[in-house]
Amino acid sequence: MSSLSATIQDVFNEPGCGKNANKSEAERKKGCTKQLQPGGAAGGCAFDGAKIALQPLTDVAHLVHGPIACEGNSWDNRGAKSSGSNLWRTGFTTDINETDVVFGGEKRLYKSIKEIIEKYDPPAVFVYQTCVPAMIGDDIDAVCKAAREKFGKPVIPINSPGFVGPKNLGNKLAGEALLQHVIGTEEPDYTTPYDLNIIGEYNLSGELWQVKPLLDEIGIRILSCISGDGKYREVAYSHRAKAAMMVCSKAMINVARKMEERYGIPFFEGSFYGIEDTSDSLREIARLLIERGAPPDLMDRTEAVIAREEARAWAAIAKFKPRFEGKKVLLITGGVKSWSVVAALQEAGLELVGTSVKKSTKEDKERIKELMGQDAHMIEDMTPREMYKMLKDARADIMLSGGRSQFIALKASMPWLDINQERHHAYMGYVGMVKLVEEIDKALYNPVWAQVRKPAPWEDPSTNWQSKAIAAAEAEAAALAADPIKAEEVRRAKKICNCKSVELGVIEDAILAHGLTTVEGVREHTNASGGCGACAIRIDEILEQMAPIAPPIAAE
Amino acid sequence: MATVTISKKACSVNPLKMSQPIGGALAFMGLRGAMPLLHGSQGCTSFGLVLFTRHFKEAIPMQTTAMSEVATVLGGYENVEQAILNIYKRAKPEIIGICSTGVTETKGDDVDGYIRQIRAKHSDVANLPIVYVSTPDFKDAFQDGWGKTVAKIVEVLVETPKNASRRDATRVNVLPGSHLTPGDLDELRTIIEDFGLEPTFLPDLSGSLDGHIPDDFTPTTIGGAGVEEVAAMGQAGWTIAIGEQMRLAAEAMKDKTGIPYRLFERLCGLEPNDAFIAFLSEISGRPAPMKYRRQRGQLVDAMLDGHFHIGGRKVAIGAEPDLLHDVGGLLTEMGAHIHVAVTTTQSPILERVATDDVLIGDLEDLENLARERGCDLLVTHSHGRQGAARLKIPFFRIGIPMFDRLGGGHQLTVGYRGGRDLIFDISNLLMADHEENHEPTPESWRGGVESLHTASH
Repeated sequence: MSSLSATIQDVFNEPGCGKNANKSEAERKKGCTKQLQPGGAAGGCAFDGAKIALQPLTDVAHLVHGPIACEGNSWDNRGAKSSGSNLWRTGFTTDINETDVVFGGEKRLYKSIKEIIEKYDPPAVFVYQTCVPAMIGDDIDAVCKAAREKFGKPVIPINSPGFVGPKNLGNKLAGEALLQHVIGTEEPDYTTPYDLNIIGEYNLSGELWQVKPLLDEIGIRILSCISGDGKYREVAYSHRAKAAMMVCSKAMINVARKMEERYGIPFFEGSFYGIEDTSDSLREIARLLIERGAPPDLMDRTEAVIAREEARAWAAIAKFKPRFEGKKVLLITGGVKSWSVVAALQEAGLELVGTSVKKSTKEDKERIKELMGQDAHMIEDMTPREMYKMLKDARADIMLSGGRSQFIALKASMPWLDINQERHHAYMGYVGMVKLVEEIDKALYNPVWAQVRKPAPWEDPSTNWQSKAIAAAEAEAAALAADPIKAEEVRRAKKICNCKSVELGVIEDAILAHGLTTVEGVREHTNASGGCGACAIRIDEILEQMAPIAPPIAAE
Repeated sequence: MATVTISKKACSVNPLKMSQPIGGALAFMGLRGAMPLLHGSQGCTSFGLVLFTRHFKEAIPMQTTAMSEVATVLGGYENVEQAILNIYKRAKPEIIGICSTGVTETKGDDVDGYIRQIRAKHSDVANLPIVYVSTPDFKDAFQDGWGKTVAKIVEVLVETPKNASRRDATRVNVLPGSHLTPGDLDELRTIIEDFGLEPTFLPDLSGSLDGHIPDDFTPTTIGGAGVEEVAAMGQAGWTIAIGEQMRLAAEAMKDKTGIPYRLFERLCGLEPNDAFIAFLSEISGRPAPMKYRRQRGQLVDAMLDGHFHIGGRKVAIGAEPDLLHDVGGLLTEMGAHIHVAVTTTQSPILERVATDDVLIGDLEDLENLARERGCDLLVTHSHGRQGAARLKIPFFRIGIPMFDRLGGGHQLTVGYRGGRDLIFDISNLLMADHEENHEPTPESWRGGVESLHTASH
């Protein structure tokens, strides 16, 4: 059984990840995501990531071993939907106390598993490790093994304590747990040439059900969805699928790749967001299944459904196009869905102002650039004030983002639509695209914006925070415009590498002085990207900009 | 601009409307020590009594002239005389308010004449304040009865000031429409007093029907505006009328005392309250207190948070004209669409309701149109519950009667705070409905694009 650190190293070595392939050996060891900045705005932890990835398995009891914070503060907050059991929404935690911290929490964990099995009799119990029991050395693998033997039920340890890294890493560690303990442990009642795995889809707001009827009609069976509306047994026999689709960008690539390696299940990375993406994904599914021996008329059925559904969706969207003419959208989202949503919005005739690539991989960025043409205005690490200014300058009519940046949009009295996990609406497939367009229309034309923008009777519009923010931003810009030396200083002072605290100017100087052309060269001379390695992408871009006629970098 | 149509049906089914005399009786209940007296048969009073008792969950003072068949034909002088004398003896009221009904109006009783005769004949009631309003059941509706009664109270009880220069600029008359609850009046009193102004409410249900437990049993109203306070309203600096139904009373006040008035058509929502606060600031010469600056922010925030749920809703609303305009306005500003508006009576305000057509009709019309037009939120008084159940759509209760829920007397619509809470209540209702009835299933979208419009949300 591999140790946690070995598993993490293994995950970092993921060859299926394009970004990873571009890294040096040293970078790869450092991990695959930006190191968390103390004091900087933080996202979820690895435990969070693991739980998010697995919790949509509906009939499993998800037991969190740790103090009350880990489960108590976060349970039942996910928008995934179940067609069957609701056990997944029951919060189970060992809620360890001081005594447990001193004497160890293993007994409590074992008893908790026992109680859950006695009271709920689930097909499996997933035990999530958290920071405190990991620190005091609780061996959840051993406890799970003992419980498994005693109760004759799968008890699966999920080793992803929060402090090992960010959410993204947790997703992958969850995948590792499935690969190690679940996948391939049971057999389906029967198989067909049309059996498909969908990996990295969580059925948020029930969105998988927007696509499933089409698969049903074409005759494709979802053998297993990991993990949206999934059941334990379905995951356990998922190794008998003929092909797989990986939905959520990079979150569970390790599962897809290792299943290909171990069981010969070919996969492709696809999306059900956007009309064309959905059609492409359906075609790709059919193609892979035919390759694995399904009768070729599957493609005819698939094309027929695509043709019909596309026509219907376009017709439904067409009536919005005049209403969206000249309307600009600012898209701020995690990497998960950036590029697929971009395509979807352009289909509806909306113009994109920019898109945040904070969590996107470089590939994602390239795809966005490709989709949006050369004028794409990437917004990386926009500050709330800049975001506000952008909205205010009416360069955007509506903002689409995840839950966190909504407040800026709302406080700026700007239409906003939620497209991340916590949202209420499902936006998948053809029907979901129409729904998204309807929701954008609803948000754009809601009269509430005109209401809330009205100044209060006692307000002097020149002194509210919004105008102060604009004034401050303008004053800064004016000062810089008037003082090119200062402007250059500010530009050069932009921090590129957070780990080693290296500024743009230092990197530029090094490139010029030493004629550098590679990230490795820059690292050698400036130490930039010598930490987590995440800024290698930015350094690449700097190299590109400074040597536009230089040959492409080897890693590309 | 909405076009107003009147239902052509002969038979009203599941009425939305309530009658004029009980609107008038309720207005009298906003006076201290009052006994409303309906001049009609016993049932006229008892139905009103039961309706108010179920709505307010309070003992309701209301009397009847108990017209018999013979009295109806021969005229009700003796019944009015006996009623006044009996009430005077037993209840010791400070004022008796008489509303006519369909029965006595059909016969054509001259109640004003009766009262003169009774006063002349019985010295103990010669100086007892008695206000009579003509409110035939077969004409107009509840809010009209309320409005006419307040106007009549002003005409009869308010004293014309002898010297206009003795006006007290800090005193403000408030004439609230029948769509405001006792809770609304409390809120308005607080707001107005926070500007250093001293309000007199006419009628003042906040003192009488706010659900407090009295120290002592009294057969008349407890609390409310006293007769002498009403008489002194002529010395106020301003009159604030709330709701178009109060224009008549505000004009009466102006005619009698020369006090200028400002009529607020709405006090529900952001803009109406901005205007209200600005007005109070102007007449008091004081800046808006910090409290209201914060409350405004809270309302704005509630609107932003609530618009996700209320925005795009197809609303069917049934309410009296002023309430329809007020709450319907807020819903519209939150992005809802009023697809069906049904009301009870004519009012100039109706054409300003934010919808295509307003129907003067009943709850059957409301239900059928809501079904026809695919509405997904029903807003009306408690009698809408059967229709909502048949339509299987969420149901938000506003107005009188609210007999199957508690707190109708304290439901707030006025002020920044009232709007904020109303938004929360409606949004929460919609969220709960979504959880209970509209969670997606594997079958939700089987119909493709069409499924979006058959089962939205």
